[in-house]
Amino acid sequence: MNPAEKLTLDIFKNDQESHIIIRQEICRRCAIKPCLRICPGGLYSLNEETQEILVEFAGCLECGSCRVACPDGALEWRYPRGGFGVQYRYG
Amino acid sequence: MERMDAVVVGAGLAGLTCAYRLACEGMQVLVLERGDHPGSKNVTGGRIYLRPLRPYLPELWDKAPLERQVTKEVITMMSAGAAFTAQFTSDKFREHSYTILRSRFDKWLGERVVERGGFIVPQRRVTDLLREDGRIAGVVSEGEEIPAHVVVAADGALSLLAEQAGLRGPLAPRHAAVALKEVIKLTPPVIEERFGLSPGEGAAHLFFGAITEGVFGGGFLYTNQETVSLGLVLGIDSFLRHPAARETHAIFEAFKGRREIAPLIKGGELVEYSAHLIPEGGNKPVRQPYTDGFLVAGDAAGLALNMGITVRGMEFAMASGYLAAQTVKQAKEKGDYSATTLAAYATLLKESFVLKDMETFRRSLDVLENPRMTGFYPAWVCKVMEDVFWIGEGPKQRVSFTIWKGIRQGLFNLRAIKDLLRLRRI
Repeated sequence: MNPAEKLTLDIFKNDQESHIIIRQEICRRCAIKPCLRICPGGLYSLNEETQEILVEFAGCLECGSCRVACPDGALEWRYPRGGFGVQYRYG
Repeated sequence: MERMDAVVVGAGLAGLTCAYRLACEGMQVLVLERGDHPGSKNVTGGRIYLRPLRPYLPELWDKAPLERQVTKEVITMMSAGAAFTAQFTSDKFREHSYTILRSRFDKWLGERVVERGGFIVPQRRVTDLLREDGRIAGVVSEGEEIPAHVVVAADGALSLLAEQAGLRGPLAPRHAAVALKEVIKLTPPVIEERFGLSPGEGAAHLFFGAITEGVFGGGFLYTNQETVSLGLVLGIDSFLRHPAARETHAIFEAFKGRREIAPLIKGGELVEYSAHLIPEGGNKPVRQPYTDGFLVAGDAAGLALNMGITVRGMEFAMASGYLAAQTVKQAKEKGDYSATTLAAYATLLKESFVLKDMETFRRSLDVLENPRMTGFYPAWVCKVMEDVFWIGEGPKQRVSFTIWKGIRQGLFNLRAIKDLLRLRRI
């Protein structure tokens, strides 16, 4: 099962605005791009054409591993606003 | 707004325990939680050990929504195609450790806080600390200022507040592991039959070796009442040092598909997928968990411990929350919330099992993070066992000879002897 399918089982309350802001100019210089591999939700992708990093923030499990793994502080990562984001029923 | 005695940020185990104790002491306490209810953002593996907590919170456990009492400890070492399992049961393990699910447990603990007169406001994210004359004097939540004599930051492993307070820097890769978890629904009779348990009893099963594909970490399976929690933990620093490692979720899927795992969850229904950080790297807590008008507790203070075959965090969170409350109470009696008074918190932590255990196991990660612990040794054990059980075409050698040969080939070298000596640090 891929992570996108798994995320459909979770409850998300989606905000309009992303809680993760990506500074593309830093990402362009990043050789390793660990965000692409570390996110448990597989939410990061690289647009081959524009070389931009994209994140599907609405499926964020809020673990913060991308923030910790990002080598050059390219991610301005905050928690979603109160009442938004993933709501665990088991945890 | 009227100044509260304390504002607690985060309705997890540290924050709620702190609020519960403050409310029990008749103090004015407000908990701000960004999720829909206490527990809705919280995740554990996981299990909690009650013995260390009973002296602090003797009254809390009779009606607590615990899942199963862990009476069976299982460890499996895995190579690419084999696995060696050791299992231990003991009558002594009754009422020792329990599996829990945090959404349910924390919600219940939140109700105990409210019952005692504490306030919990959900759906409130704290964005900033409120400062007056340079000292912390409350928090800012979605633009609203909430003044308080003390702020207790119990905002989890990332603790953006402890960072803002200047007590720590951003969480570094070597100080964190990421955990991926699935909650899989089965019926209680199936769980009991499959894991060899009586009703109410549970198993804790850890997995090491080839499953993490060279990355420091391991797998876990805990039986809950009618679900199992299956997960994988990967050290972030180690993951970064393995640029060829696959995506975390792909490593997890491969783990689930292993011949040793798949039958354990067969027929189960996946009901939730979660991920969380564990502040385990280094086993080093925040050096100074207090400043003027500010305390930090639980994961936010780096209070978690990987002792190899046991991983602990929740009882540290609850005990630190309890001790934070005790400190706030003393500060109120003195009418002084400065760092000088709040420094008592550090002393209380040092005198408690929390920092004593963390000190004892301070260097255990040096040993565990050794790549041979997840690579060479589990594979070596599996190879020796394979040779012992294997009957091939040719004549078979004596079992004692086979084992001796394995030891000679695997352990008679300087590196292995050094590793063995280093085990004393655990």
